[in-house]
Amino acid sequence: MALRRIRSPMDPETAASLAVGDTVLVSGRIVTGRDQVHRYLASGGESPLDLTGMVLYHCGPIVVGDAGSHRVVAAGPTTSMREEPYQADVIARFKPGAVMGKGGMGERTSKALVEHGIPYLHATGGAAVYLASCIERVEGVYLEEFGRPEAMWVLCVRDLPALVTMDGKGASLHRHILDRSASMLKRVLESTLTPPRT
Amino acid sequence: MIPMDSSKLGRSMYELMMRTSTELPEDVTCALEKAREREPVHSTAANTLDIILKSAELSRANRLPICQDTGVPFAVVRAPQAVDTAEITRALVSALKTLTIEGVLRQNCVDPVNGSNSGDNTGPHVPQVHYEPSEGPIRVDFMLKGGGSENVSTQYSLPCDELRAGRDLEGVRRCVLDAVFKAQGRGCAPGFISVCIGGDRASGYLVAKKGLFRKLGEANPDVDLARLESVITEEANMLGIGPMGLGGNTTLLGCALNAAGRHPASFFVTVSYSCWATRRYSVELDETGGVARWL
Repeated sequence: MALRRIRSPMDPETAASLAVGDTVLVSGRIVTGRDQVHRYLASGGESPLDLTGMVLYHCGPIVVGDAGSHRVVAAGPTTSMREEPYQADVIARFKPGAVMGKGGMGERTSKALVEHGIPYLHATGGAAVYLASCIERVEGVYLEEFGRPEAMWVLCVRDLPALVTMDGKGASLHRHILDRSASMLKRVLESTLTPPRT
Repeated sequence: MIPMDSSKLGRSMYELMMRTSTELPEDVTCALEKAREREPVHSTAANTLDIILKSAELSRANRLPICQDTGVPFAVVRAPQAVDTAEITRALVSALKTLTIEGVLRQNCVDPVNGSNSGDNTGPHVPQVHYEPSEGPIRVDFMLKGGGSENVSTQYSLPCDELRAGRDLEGVRRCVLDAVFKAQGRGCAPGFISVCIGGDRASGYLVAKKGLFRKLGEANPDVDLARLESVITEEANMLGIGPMGLGGNTTLLGCALNAAGRHPASFFVTVSYSCWATRRYSVELDETGGVARWL
């Protein structure tokens, strides 16, 4: 468990070296993509930019202003699990350096992370203004026809904080917490309430 | 009809929505601060809560939306019959559109058939405005509830074999703990849950959601339900799911139980989950539409 400063796009060695429990500060160029972008990319669509090594961020930001003066006011992560049907294919086709979102992902994505040696980064859900304050500027936007929250935003970020919760070795903090909470729930439910007064 | 000053009413509704999107309610902030004290220094849970509290503070100071998911707008209006409720709806819709242009609300209304975004947060059945006739004064409750927490909200029909949940409060306890477990961090824990015990499938969700307007610290008048609220909160926090599901001592900040009459054949338990960024405000209006007081 270490604090690591990483740059996006990143090289395969860096991606492979990140392990569950590492805190990262992401700087460089990252790109957003959520439901519509993932469906589009997984079903044969071409990416309007080279995603190799990039951090692909599950995020539907609030952006004000027009082209040239875009400003992101809120940019927290969205639930990554919704991209589970598409993520493995998107990783295989476009070779991003990391996937970032919240809530973790499923077994199919976990396998793809292992196959390509890349991590899943967990950003703090709802901390939208803090995370937006790590965005220095909007470099551009693609696929805006999907609507602003669903478009691909290319963002230049500095020291955006996240936690590695799934890694290229197959470890997953989410699986660990799920298993542990399941056995705790079982224990809690072994006892029952005392019946209420009548 | 009692006429209202439409520009005053418009300003009131604008301010209500602005506050809801940008200022985390005081009781929610306090609960998060207390939660942070319960987590070990430098733990993932403490770091996560630090980022959450810092972000909420930045939002308040700069009047920026707490979360980029500014949720589904939901309003409950209580007013005497003589009040022109259509005018209140018009003011709510107009404020919604203005704040969407200003970037305080995200464009969150999508056509489910063709996938297009209306761009202004309005659409069929959106926004939801529920009217309840009252003796007055005029009161407007407003909530912005995010999609992630709505997605983990759920409804059980008792008896439920799988959970060994019967048609009693013990059955309710088992359902609610199951809902918290299944949500893991996906509803942006640590959250709040409001539950409707009884009702039908439709009223269950509505009553549960309205229950989220109850502030922390406002006691449930029903002693049995109040007791069960504490039990559920304590037991949910034993699960170790923690802030954002990354592990920790705080999974649930509060639980509100509500009861609704049920059909003899039905026993529903409906759980409405609300993220740590629970955003709701209530305001009382004077007869001209101006703000009389914040509740």
